[in-house]
Amino acid sequence: MQASDHRPAAQIKGGAVFPHRHLTGIDGLQPHEIMFLLDEAEQWIEANRSRAKSDKRLEGLTQINAFFENSTRTLLSFEIAGKRLGADVVNMHAAQSSVKKGETLIDTAITLNAMRADVIVIRHMSSGAVRLIADKVDCPVLNAGDGSHEHPTQALLDALTIRRRRGSVAGQRVVICGDLLHSRVARSNILALTALAAEVRVCAPSTLMPAAIERMGVHPFTDFDAALDGADVVMMLRLQTERMSGGFVPSTREYHMRYGLTLQRLARAKADALVMHPGPMNRGVEIDSNVADHASRSAITEQVEMGVAVRMACLDVLTRRARGVEGWA
Amino acid sequence: MIRAFRNAALVSPAADGAATLVIDAEKIVSIGQDVPEGTATIDCSTLGRSVLIAPAIIDLGVFAVDKAACRAGGIVRVGLMPDQSPVLDDPGIIQRAADMGKPDIWVHPIAAATRGLAGTDLAEMAIARDAGARAVATGRRWIADSGVMRRVLAYARDCDLTVIVHAEDAGLAGAAVATEGETATRLGLPSSPAIAEALAIARDLLLAEETGARLHFRQATTAAGFELIRRAKARGLPVTCGITPAHLFLSDIAMSDFRTFAHVSPPLRTESDRQAALAAVRDGTIDILCSGHDPRGPEEKRLPFADSSPGMAGAETLLALSLGLVRDEVIAIDRLFALLAANPAKILGLDAGTLAPGAAADFMLLDWEAPWQIDTDRMAAKAGNTPFDKLPVQGKVLRLFKGGTELV
Repeated sequence: MQASDHRPAAQIKGGAVFPHRHLTGIDGLQPHEIMFLLDEAEQWIEANRSRAKSDKRLEGLTQINAFFENSTRTLLSFEIAGKRLGADVVNMHAAQSSVKKGETLIDTAITLNAMRADVIVIRHMSSGAVRLIADKVDCPVLNAGDGSHEHPTQALLDALTIRRRRGSVAGQRVVICGDLLHSRVARSNILALTALAAEVRVCAPSTLMPAAIERMGVHPFTDFDAALDGADVVMMLRLQTERMSGGFVPSTREYHMRYGLTLQRLARAKADALVMHPGPMNRGVEIDSNVADHASRSAITEQVEMGVAVRMACLDVLTRRARGVEGWA
Repeated sequence: MIRAFRNAALVSPAADGAATLVIDAEKIVSIGQDVPEGTATIDCSTLGRSVLIAPAIIDLGVFAVDKAACRAGGIVRVGLMPDQSPVLDDPGIIQRAADMGKPDIWVHPIAAATRGLAGTDLAEMAIARDAGARAVATGRRWIADSGVMRRVLAYARDCDLTVIVHAEDAGLAGAAVATEGETATRLGLPSSPAIAEALAIARDLLLAEETGARLHFRQATTAAGFELIRRAKARGLPVTCGITPAHLFLSDIAMSDFRTFAHVSPPLRTESDRQAALAAVRDGTIDILCSGHDPRGPEEKRLPFADSSPGMAGAETLLALSLGLVRDEVIAIDRLFALLAANPAKILGLDAGTLAPGAAADFMLLDWEAPWQIDTDRMAAKAGNTPFDKLPVQGKVLRLFKGGTELV
């Protein structure tokens, strides 16, 4: 990578700082583009904490949240983000059972396009589904999670949380622990954190460790205690209930014994190490309540807060061209 | 009517530098002999700059009868896989399948080894054979139950039928659509380890040796799989294997960007396995090249990768892609046509696949250097699902003859 790729975003004018039409993943983003989105998100954190939270920049634009897979938090976060920017937000919640065939997926994309959506947010249970839709529509598409592939806004909000709490992402030793095999959160975080020069360790039992993960620039561990040594950030992943009972791990209690984040275990990390979790948590399985609720160490509720700010920034940036913002049109 | 095709190199063990092929009605009369006076002659050198006369291709293991694609690809005989709707496990259905290609191509049905391809009960192999089946196959899947597979092999041996196997251990393959490795990990696709193939091959070789059955692996694609087959052949077992151009010329990187045209079964492998495949072609471990022709329209391919159907339309690109092996000096042209015609004929028990006096006049006039570009939108096949879209290739079929009759 050339040195020019690391120019501070502020020195690049207008749309050149973020030339992408869609946000389908962290893959393909340059480090300065990731930093730009984080910088843009900062302004919304304070705004969201004030009483007058609304901004009108997306007024008159239609944002469709097309969720083909069940979600509460991410959907809510995107809805609030859109509404705080003044967009008309519509939620299309296709139940997992009724829309399974991709034929319907393409048809749905064409339908959404014909309704003149200005930005579409998509979650789908199949890897690559969001990119498939992005190729078929005229407006920007935001990936809210596709299969086991990517969940870019989660990685951005995690990076923002780390940057604010630790001062920087670069040089931080981040441990990501849990079901790496099926986790889109892990993939996007690995891409974002390594791009921003963090030292990333991943930890899982071998049954949940993706092949050749080290090729993504991370250090794999199966021993959680060893992985935690000197960590700045401990990021726990949710273990899906259907994978807890013998298929990939023998039981929840055995999983907790080996990979549950307890206070005792957390002591192996740095004294001020940050604890993160994308939610929803299985308390007592991957994380103990006294860790999750730890006043000074846990950043879990802050992650949720950053989520709204990051999504506002993404919605704003991706619609700038269509809104004719100076330097972006 | 006697016709002589002159001034073209002949791909035939009997040619010995000869440049003339003489046919009478549906049979080849002579090669390289003097042409009787008054014979109609065709001067092949006027057709192109690098014209060869070669045996027409016998494509073992296609999933659809696609005459236009076969015509474009120089194929006059296909071994049709039993994975049809309905499954080829009944004499009436098999007979009907055998007639499907008339008059343009021969369809040699491959019957289901188990009823309905379910992998549980033996199919009526002897009845299928009498109805025209040339072999039996496990279909797109492996037979997971070793007891069933042992009985399939033993019974097929009794019926003197080769068993054509899909080699992927079912437990490891599961719902996988990719081979374990960096590409599958980055894309977040369900993947299975490459040893799923070797595990299946090892079991089936042991069972075949014990039962004395003839075994053909429709596709072998991994280094470990080739090594097992290589050793079995060295021990003299009647085992053969095939491969398609996809696994010879593409690695799993072709799946990047979720390109569903690169979704094939077994999945594309890593580069080191691809190199092992080339070595296996070179050293004779691989016996046949086949297209695996499986045209799939957008309703099956314009889907998220894991939801799309596997398979590629390969009939019309098989020859041009395979000629790359000759250009890259992996194999000589004679050996290429053994892989494309003579060897598949042997496995199907056909008296075909070589240019020799007395044999059926199934042959092609081929300009082996003529350049063209593979284009998914301009395929003759029923669908254009090729992972080789936009690839420039060389080798065009100029004229194609089946039993002395030209196919147009």
